[in-house]
Amino acid sequence: MSTASSHVDGHHEEHHPKGIVRWLTTTNHKDIGTMYLVFSLLMFFVGGAMALVIRAELFEPGLQFVHPEFFNQMTTMHALIMIFGAVMPAFVGLANWMIPLQVGAPDMALPRMNNLSFWILPFAFAMLLSTLFFDGGAPASGWTMYPPLIQQTGDAFPFLIFSVHLMGISSIMGAINIVVTILNMRAPGMTLLKMPLFTWTWLITAYLLIAVMPVLAGAVTMLLTDQFFGTSFFHAAGGGDPVMFQHIFWFFGHPEVYIMILPAFGIISEIIPTFARKPLFGYEAMVYATASIAFLSFIVWAHHMFTVGMPLAGQLFFMYATMLIAVPTGVKIFNWVATMWRGAMTFETPMLFAIAFLFLFTIGGFSGLMLAIVPADYQYHDSYFVVAHFHYVLVPGAVFAIMAGVYYWLPKWTGRMYNEKLGKVHFWLSVIGVNVAFFPQHFLGLAGMPRRIPDYATQFTNFNAISSVGAFMFGLSQLLFAYIIWRAVRGGEKATAEVWENTKGLEWTVPSPAPYHTFDEPPEVR
Amino acid sequence: MRVRTARPSQRDDMNTGNRSRARLARRGPAHRLAALVAGLLLLPVTALAERGPWHLNMPVGVTDISAEVYQLHMLILGICTAIGVLVFAVMIVSLVRHRKSRGVQPAQFTHSTRVEVIWTAIPVFILVGMAIPAAETLVKMEDTSGSEITVKVTGYQWLWHYEYLDDNIGFFSRLDADSDRARQLGSGISPFSVDNYLLEVDNRMVVPVDTKVRVLLTAGDVIHAWWVPDFAVKKDAIPGFINEVWFQSNETGVFRGQCAELCGRDHGFMPVVVEVVTREEYEDWVAERQAENGQPAAVAASR
Repeated sequence: MSTASSHVDGHHEEHHPKGIVRWLTTTNHKDIGTMYLVFSLLMFFVGGAMALVIRAELFEPGLQFVHPEFFNQMTTMHALIMIFGAVMPAFVGLANWMIPLQVGAPDMALPRMNNLSFWILPFAFAMLLSTLFFDGGAPASGWTMYPPLIQQTGDAFPFLIFSVHLMGISSIMGAINIVVTILNMRAPGMTLLKMPLFTWTWLITAYLLIAVMPVLAGAVTMLLTDQFFGTSFFHAAGGGDPVMFQHIFWFFGHPEVYIMILPAFGIISEIIPTFARKPLFGYEAMVYATASIAFLSFIVWAHHMFTVGMPLAGQLFFMYATMLIAVPTGVKIFNWVATMWRGAMTFETPMLFAIAFLFLFTIGGFSGLMLAIVPADYQYHDSYFVVAHFHYVLVPGAVFAIMAGVYYWLPKWTGRMYNEKLGKVHFWLSVIGVNVAFFPQHFLGLAGMPRRIPDYATQFTNFNAISSVGAFMFGLSQLLFAYIIWRAVRGGEKATAEVWENTKGLEWTVPSPAPYHTFDEPPEVR
Repeated sequence: MRVRTARPSQRDDMNTGNRSRARLARRGPAHRLAALVAGLLLLPVTALAERGPWHLNMPVGVTDISAEVYQLHMLILGICTAIGVLVFAVMIVSLVRHRKSRGVQPAQFTHSTRVEVIWTAIPVFILVGMAIPAAETLVKMEDTSGSEITVKVTGYQWLWHYEYLDDNIGFFSRLDADSDRARQLGSGISPFSVDNYLLEVDNRMVVPVDTKVRVLLTAGDVIHAWWVPDFAVKKDAIPGFINEVWFQSNETGVFRGQCAELCGRDHGFMPVVVEVVTREEYEDWVAERQAENGQPAAVAASR
């Protein structure tokens, strides 16, 4: 592939289809990356609108806007869309854009499959979203799809299962593509331990995806056959076990959590050295820590289900294994801090988001450690404390890292600098909004408010009101994010090839904007 | 045997709180907002008042186990806070001192085996320190032997059924009528005007104080979870399976919780209310219930 001559590429450029056909038929990693990112932003707003319905209803006790059933549809769809539609495609989009540039490859290894893996997604989500208009509404049993409750879903049920299958197929194809690209198409001289960390974390993430998406597919297929074909995998009345679903689901679900955070670690590991003007501290330790987290993610799943009534030995095992994750995660945090230490930092928007990530992801990590302690987890489980925990790791964790990555690489994509002043405004609105929204939820959970309820006892009013204000602040300030990106696409100060001072890595050796075809001739890595 | 201690008066405090909130609600949103802002300013002071609208922390509860769980929670929270303060302090010092605008030259060190070993090893020791008390408490929580009363609790969409296996008593327990009226969409009834909004039932589970009560949990349709924060008890009620938990309350009073596993439309509206009474009161209650021949008469009346 790398032998394709510039003549052939020039030929392609001339006959480049225009308009919608270009986007439908493209096999170019940059086009596909852009589509993933735009799709992800769109889904971020759709899922965000659902979150605002939830927070509006929870602003005060009593039901003001929606019926409980619709509320449950909102919590379910919010999660499915944010996880599978916003966060995961955003990381795949960043991978598509940046991995070939970081490893010096001309494109992804399997470009046609790349096109397919993207174009499945709009159909999957159109199908999932269409269920909102069905009789009986959208799925309302939570994104975890626990039976027997999931079996009470109306006409939406098979559509949910099929759309999850499609998302899974898309993810698996995307992951295979990333593995093959990284393992086979690195520039000469780029050994594995010379790869940028974003590429490294994605390599590990891709293996996680390939390992667990089929497990999810199996779980939902069993739901489907239980519903329509008379099997009893999870029907107690037929000799099945509803808890078995939870084991299978979380065997997928826990690695899934790391699928959404490992690439974020990679992005942060790229950004902090750049703006601290100092090499990453403990590169190899970072790689090994990422690999250990990935390994541990397979043996901790039951910490999501401590209250199902497991044997004592099982609970102890999952408690200890879960606590262990704190060690490699701590190593990463310490390494980032050591990278900043005695650097010469500047605070452009990507760095601001990365620093907020460091602080706030750490808070999410602490609450995660607390949740691992089984006796205490009996109190935290399924309360707002859990909601606070996973939003801290997912919003100021994964989402802030994605935003940091977008601000960091946007000049490379568009050739224009974004508006720094607006970027900083966006940052401060986001970081304040996210904390006002999610910090009080710790208190609500500890005080005894269960999650997934549309209405609550009056003593929970104040913190819920504060949380809703923060959520609206965070949600609305994302419109500014979209505006900043749009402005940088339309125009603005021209970016240099290096974009930032002290950038390291092959992606900064190509002009900004990165030409349609890059690294036709593989670069030499010393 | 202990008599009614702080609990009932606390409950009264909560009700007073509800009533004053109800007054606020009648005065319109501007006043409520003002009260909210005033409340925020008073946060550090009022946070200490237990179960008020600014209640922040896990309840200590009324059983030995719940107190242990609370201690464990405070221990981990304390350790996490200490580590957090330390790490954040280093970060803040770095953010202040190591900035380009101060004209510093960046160092170029890339690793240090010694520090890396230290900050891998120390967390392991801290974790072991947390795991030991956690395991001890867990072992106690799992030991359901020696109980004096066994109550089988069955979750249904969206109410609970309580069955006292030794005394042939059984009844359903569902959201009380006042809460149920107020919680309808567009009911026009302020939740603040209902005492214990969403946390009251028509038939409470009644148990004696200072007695080890074993609860067998199951469900008739989908998975529910039975949660009483003051007992530090939360366990799933799963159709086709029976889970066991136990508690032994050291105090009389009324203790409230909710279903904690999403169970469909009215998941938010199936409270768990346990009334802990003296042994004499409990015996009277059992006799009264048995006189009704275990019929869930009150349920029928309330519908």
